[in-house]
Amino acid sequence: MQNRREMLSHSVKVAAMLAAVGLMPGLAQAQAAAYNTPAFAAKTLAEVMKALGAAMPAESKDVTITGPDIAENGAVVPVGAATTLPGVKRLLMMVEKNPAMLAAMFNVTDAIDANISTRVKMGQSSDVYAVAMMNDGKVLFARKEIKVTLGGCGG
Amino acid sequence: MADPMRIRAQVAGDKATVRVLMSHEMETGQRKDAAGATIAAWHIQEVSAQHNGKTVMTAQWGPAVSKNPFMQFNVKGAKVGDKVTISWVDNKGDKRTDEAVVS
Repeated sequence: MQNRREMLSHSVKVAAMLAAVGLMPGLAQAQAAAYNTPAFAAKTLAEVMKALGAAMPAESKDVTITGPDIAENGAVVPVGAATTLPGVKRLLMMVEKNPAMLAAMFNVTDAIDANISTRVKMGQSSDVYAVAMMNDGKVLFARKEIKVTLGGCGG
Repeated sequence: MADPMRIRAQVAGDKATVRVLMSHEMETGQRKDAAGATIAAWHIQEVSAQHNGKTVMTAQWGPAVSKNPFMQFNVKGAKVGDKVTISWVDNKGDKRTDEAVVS
């Protein structure tokens, strides 16, 4: 039946067009996640924020950073970043005196609490920052000084 | 290639606390070996977490995350029996995916 044949060939053409334009859902997801190498090489807070295309953060009581006051082993320092504010896009953890400041960046969705813990290496006693990048463009931070008795970069 | 991740997901109220322990060297690229040559950086770069197939969190890590990385976060609305999947990709292109059931 000619009608069906035309319909089928028409849908293949439409799908090909959509794929070319990048609207096929699978492709779009894969493109979102390119690793941000400049952000992870940046040495200062300003450089990190510039690499992320974000403003410099403002200190905020609504962002919390948890961690020990004194870490005995700089190779494994438990750190948590959290905020109670809604509309968080990303949570960042940074160690000021590390060779590269940005340790980890978490993309938060509505399906999880904006409260993430991990363990980071600290080369020496340093300020540690939790930065929250909000959906509306605001950038907020909290800072804590963590003293390290044995540096964690293997130096 | 690496050892399996240990994932524990436990319901607490209307959320599940997910704890993950991954097995990875997380070499910073700063260390030198006995001969004085720099040991190349080798670390997890991207992590993603799915709850019942839907991505709930992605992350990018630098080499400063500790060896055998630990991560903890809470998934909202997770119930007993739900599936939590964690995947990572490292800077050499190695990857690993493991899953656990919420209990």
